[in-house]
Amino acid sequence: MFPYIIRRLGLMVVMLTLLSIVTFLLFNAVPTDPAMLTCGKSCTPELVAANRIRLGLDQPLYVQYIDWIKAIFVGRTYGSGTQTFPCNAPCLGYSFRNGEEVTVMIKAALPITIYLALGAFVLWMVFGILSGIYAAKHHTEWQDRVIMGVALVGYSLPVFFIGLVLLIFVVVRLHLLPYPDYVAPQTNPVQFLQTMILPWISLAILYAAYYTRLTRSQMLETLSEDYIRTARAKGLPESVVVRKHGFRAGLTPIVTSAGLDLAGLLGGAVITEYIFSLPGLGRLSIGAVTEYDLPTITATVLVAATFVIVANLIVDMLYAAIDPRVRLS
Amino acid sequence: MTQTNEVLLSVRNLSVSFTTEDGEVNAVSNVSYDVRRGQTLAIVGESGSGKSVSSLAIMGLLSGKSAHVSGEVEFDGQQLVGADPEDVRKLRGSRIAMIFQDPLSALHPYYKIGDQLIEAVQVHNKVSDADARKRAAEMLDRVGIPSVEQRLDEYPHQLSGGMRQRVMIAMALINDPELLIADEPTTALDVTVQAQILDLLRDLQKEFGTAIVLITHDLGVVADLADDVMVMYGGSAVEQAPVREIFYQPQMPYTWGLLASIPQVHVDSTRLDPIPGNPPSLINMPTGCVFAPRCTYKNQVPNNLCATTKPDLETTSSGHSARCHLTAAQRDAIRLEKNIGRSN
Repeated sequence: MFPYIIRRLGLMVVMLTLLSIVTFLLFNAVPTDPAMLTCGKSCTPELVAANRIRLGLDQPLYVQYIDWIKAIFVGRTYGSGTQTFPCNAPCLGYSFRNGEEVTVMIKAALPITIYLALGAFVLWMVFGILSGIYAAKHHTEWQDRVIMGVALVGYSLPVFFIGLVLLIFVVVRLHLLPYPDYVAPQTNPVQFLQTMILPWISLAILYAAYYTRLTRSQMLETLSEDYIRTARAKGLPESVVVRKHGFRAGLTPIVTSAGLDLAGLLGGAVITEYIFSLPGLGRLSIGAVTEYDLPTITATVLVAATFVIVANLIVDMLYAAIDPRVRLS
Repeated sequence: MTQTNEVLLSVRNLSVSFTTEDGEVNAVSNVSYDVRRGQTLAIVGESGSGKSVSSLAIMGLLSGKSAHVSGEVEFDGQQLVGADPEDVRKLRGSRIAMIFQDPLSALHPYYKIGDQLIEAVQVHNKVSDADARKRAAEMLDRVGIPSVEQRLDEYPHQLSGGMRQRVMIAMALINDPELLIADEPTTALDVTVQAQILDLLRDLQKEFGTAIVLITHDLGVVADLADDVMVMYGGSAVEQAPVREIFYQPQMPYTWGLLASIPQVHVDSTRLDPIPGNPPSLINMPTGCVFAPRCTYKNQVPNNLCATTKPDLETTSSGHSARCHLTAAQRDAIRLEKNIGRSN
């Protein structure tokens, strides 16, 4: 197991390196001159040229890349002389649009996205798995059909629709909740919950529908296995048969999806964050894209992709914890 | 352990049908048999003859809305058909146990052998983990598994097929059941291992006095282990007799076919004699004898009786009954001519 983890960690470093190169090249291959983007309204050719040097954009591409990577570990100072912009490690670049270090912006946005993703994750996993198991237990009966019908509707509705409907009815019409206004949970826990509950629900509806279907099909498959018949032949109560013998065996694909879905959301739930005015990573990256804020775009892409790669590693390790056959081969 | 003639399991008119989209599937129709304490009943038949389904019905393992079980199953005086599922569950694994054909798929791949055995003990007995583990080790040792302590902490895929079936047997017998239903226990195993497992079953039966219902398609296994035999075809019992009678005085053309398809070294024949045709579809059962469409001898029965009327299970001699329209004289003549059944 230990050499396996080391090997996987090594592989992860390689993947992250490749990813950073691709991200870097992609956004530096845009037809617009990055230096032009830094100089605002009163732009003169001299200013553009000065900015180019200040940002290191006059250097060959590979030098730019190395500087960019180096800055993540040791930080970097843009410009020289009197006009310097220090960027502390881990420096992911300097956003001239916002006049701020990208790392600082991400640090501010990330907790919000994490709260959003984790809250929704807990909701959808609990509801998705429970209703999936229930539907499988009542396969071909009306309970199964009702749950699958509801899940299909939930799965077909786009998240912006669910979000807007919730917002209009719960907040605007019925005044059950105040208009979403994000504060950190340590500042005002009640307002935090009031703001987060609807985004959590809208995201969870979409994913819970998917996990209901996934859990149900997994359970239907494992519950027809021979070892389930053995478990019943032992005289185990049905609840133990389903939970301990059935669910455990059907868990692997659910864990896979869960890990990757959560990682994807941690990279930013763009639409949900927009609808509920949550200043998370999704809004940050969309804002960066519309404003052509290249350092921010590359940084958010890198952060989001890192989540996915790390999640992949965790999921693979969870496989080994779930299935002993993976552990030993 | 002394063998008594006391009937442990009494099955009367057991029928099982399934509702499917294609129609009603009559997997088992009106099967009756007795299993006495400490004795072995072999249920013989090809796939789809209803032999497994009838045992699953006894175990109460045909849950779900699509299965309809009717008739009477009395285990040690307790009626199981229509009983509270909770009562039947308590019998499973404690007084009635079951082993299956493929021990790899029948053991849970994610749990250690020891944990699966301990679970089997603890579901029916309030004992500590340590005591349950001790019992598990005892049973593994008893079924001939070496280095028991190490095996307890291994997973099913780390064992050979024969070892897995030994684990299954240990798990089935761990609560000292009175009845063991063995569903093709050797079919998935190598021939040499098959013999070992059969020997083991025989030894354990002697030691614990367990009655066995042995489901098989292998007449070699039957000859080895059974006291009584029930031959099933198309969901019906077509012949029931003590084991010697089945081999020496078989009364039903299907049983003849089964016997003729066993390879025999001492018979000077270049090829086996398979039964022509396929088993009947259980959805559209023939109106007459279930075996008639494949029976070579149906023309010897006048008035096309085989195709129109289902023969009753008639007693031919003490403890021996068969479902066939042929007369006793006709059967004797055919057996003599075809050299079916071993000479006494």
